[in-house]
Order: sequence, then C-alpha cells, then structure tokens
Amino acid sequence: MGLRTKSITDGWIANMYIKLLVSFMKIGAFSFGGGYAMIPLISREIVETRGWLSMPEFIDVIAISQGTPGPIAINAATYVGYKVGGVAGSALATAGVVFPSFIILIILGMLFLRFREVGFVKDMFSGIRPTVVALIAAAAFSVASTSVTGVVPAIVSGAVIIGILKFRLDPVLLLIASGVMGFFLYG
Amino acid sequence: MFSIFWSFFKIGAVTFGGGWAMVPVIRKELVDCRKWVEDSEFVDMLAIAQSSPGPIAINTAVISGFKIRGVRGALVATLGSSLPSFLAILLVATFFLRFKESRAVEAVFKGMRPAIFGLLVAAVWQIGTGSVKDKVDITFLAIAAALLLLLKISPIVVVLIAGAGGLITGRLRRMGRLKSADGQQDGAQNKVDY
Repeated sequence: MGLRTKSITDGWIANMYIKLLVSFMKIGAFSFGGGYAMIPLISREIVETRGWLSMPEFIDVIAISQGTPGPIAINAATYVGYKVGGVAGSALATAGVVFPSFIILIILGMLFLRFREVGFVKDMFSGIRPTVVALIAAAAFSVASTSVTGVVPAIVSGAVIIGILKFRLDPVLLLIASGVMGFFLYG
Repeated sequence: MFSIFWSFFKIGAVTFGGGWAMVPVIRKELVDCRKWVEDSEFVDMLAIAQSSPGPIAINTAVISGFKIRGVRGALVATLGSSLPSFLAILLVATFFLRFKESRAVEAVFKGMRPAIFGLLVAAVWQIGTGSVKDKVDITFLAIAAALLLLLKISPIVVVLIAGAGGLITGRLRRMGRLKSADGQQDGAQNKVDY
C-alpha cells in the first residue's frame, strides 16, 4: 500500500511540474507587448484555467512586481512556481517563461543580423500594437471587480490615475502611499 | 563572458517595474559604457525585442547577448538578467506566503489593490495615445476589445488574429489600397466590429 501511495504521489508531482512548465511556456510564447499587456494572458492561465492563485492574490503579485526588480511575467512565474512547487517549481516556471523568448530572439537575431530588414515582423506588430491597448484595458477590467469595491478604493484609483497622468508621479511611490493608507485604514 | 553576465545581472537588479523601465538602463550599459553595440543597432534590436512575445527586458537581453557573443552570449545574458528578479521574488514569496494572513500585511495589500487598477487605466491612456494613431489602429483596438471583453476570447487567439490582420493591412498599405480606409481591410474580422 505504502509503495502504491508513493508512486501516485510521484506521478502527481511530476504532473504538476509539467503543468507549471507548459503553462509558463505558453505565457512566454504568446504574450506580446510586454509588461501590463501580459496580464490578461497570465491571469487567464493562472487564475481561471489552473486556479493556482485567486484574483486578489494575483493583483497582489502585480503590486509586488512593481516594487521588485524584473518583468511582471518573471515575477509571476517565480511566485506561482514557489507557491505550487517550492524552489524547484519556481525555477521551472521561470525557465519556462523565458525559454520561448530565448529561442525566438536567437532565430530573429540570426535573420535580422543577416538581412537587416524584417518587414513582416513590422507589419504583424502594426496590428498587435493597438491590440496591446485592448489587452491592458481587459486587465484593468478584470482587476476592477475585486479591487474597486467601494467609495474609498474608487477614490484611491482616481487619485492614482490623476497622479500619474497629470502630475507624472512615480507609480511605485503611489503604490507605497496607498499601501500605507491601507495599513492605517484596514489594519 | 563573465562581464556579459555581470552587466545583465546589474541591469536586472536595478530596474524596478519591469519592461520599459529597463530599456534606458540597458542602453546606457551596452551602448555608452561597454560599447558592445552601436546606437542605431540598439534601436533596431529594441524594435525586434518589442515585436516578439515575452518580457521585453528578457527579449532585449537575449538579442543583445546574441549580438555580442552568439548563442552562449545570449544564454549568459538571459541568465544574468532574470536571476535578480528570480531571487528577489523567491525571498518575497517565502515571506509573503508566511505572513499573508497577518492583519497588517493584508491591510497594506488591500490598500494597494485599487492603486493597481489606477495604474492600468493610466497605462491604457498613455500607451493608447502613443500607439493608436489612425482609423485602422482604432478598428484594431475596437475589434480586440470586443473579442476580449464581450466574447471572452483567449488573449492568445486575439493577438494571433491581430498579427494576421497586421500582415494584411501592411501589404494593402504598401499596395496603396489603404490610406485612411477603415473597416474593410480585413474580411475575417469586420463582422465582429462594434
């Protein structure tokens, strides 16, 4: 019996590692535009499809990403990987999210350094560029329902929008300020 | 080889907020300090890095590393630039997963969540004013928004459709068929326009 249980657990662990790797490779391979534009894809894969994080927890990871070095995708990969499968899981997820970039950019680098002109990539991106705006809008939309839950959060959101667009304040500064406010208001 | 690793490790370690924040730092290190690439080359490399899937900072690291020292250079640059965020988040995750239940930590993050919404809305405005310039762009934006928000289609599919649409409009533009034309450039897509 003991042996059988062990083999089942091993299978489950292996399966989970494969899921981590595949999910994050998918995120790395299909998220265009970088930064915030990657959020809808990451949240669909991690929150909706796999259920590894809840939506508020995912928003917290975005907040953490703003205050730590590196791209959101890598931060999300490392965090989710660690939560689901410890240090090994986080290494695997991070490697997964970087791997497609690595292969694709080396191929493009070979083509590009030889031919100098990659017209079709330019054309493709002329369609993707406006789409990136829709992706970020979709991210804002999915974040709204769990983060703008009352009058005070709505005021904070409005203040951040004005702070960035009108007064050109540093986003990290605004995050810290809202965190401090949360500490005194909800703590 | 180690100098490549060290350069990109530094770049990865000092750039907060990801993506675009990294670009000036990378330029300073590669073009001004190390003189590994020329300024015009860097602009081209950046265009490629932005047009490819994946985090822009990592893409820039891969193609810069490749330019400097081939596949091995790319590998070293990728490792160097992703290691700092990996280590930082590992540290944060061990802390956060342990203290997440604490009232103070929960309160701080509860305060920050609406700020994230604000950041995203501001980004929509900032990036939108920079990248949506003509009627074709507006059409693409509207179709993508409809597919994502109303039809709940996967972001992967939406981006693939946008890329295919871009190839078509790019060709039409070069043939002179498309100047300020709006809806009719892509038969597969205009059915789902607003």
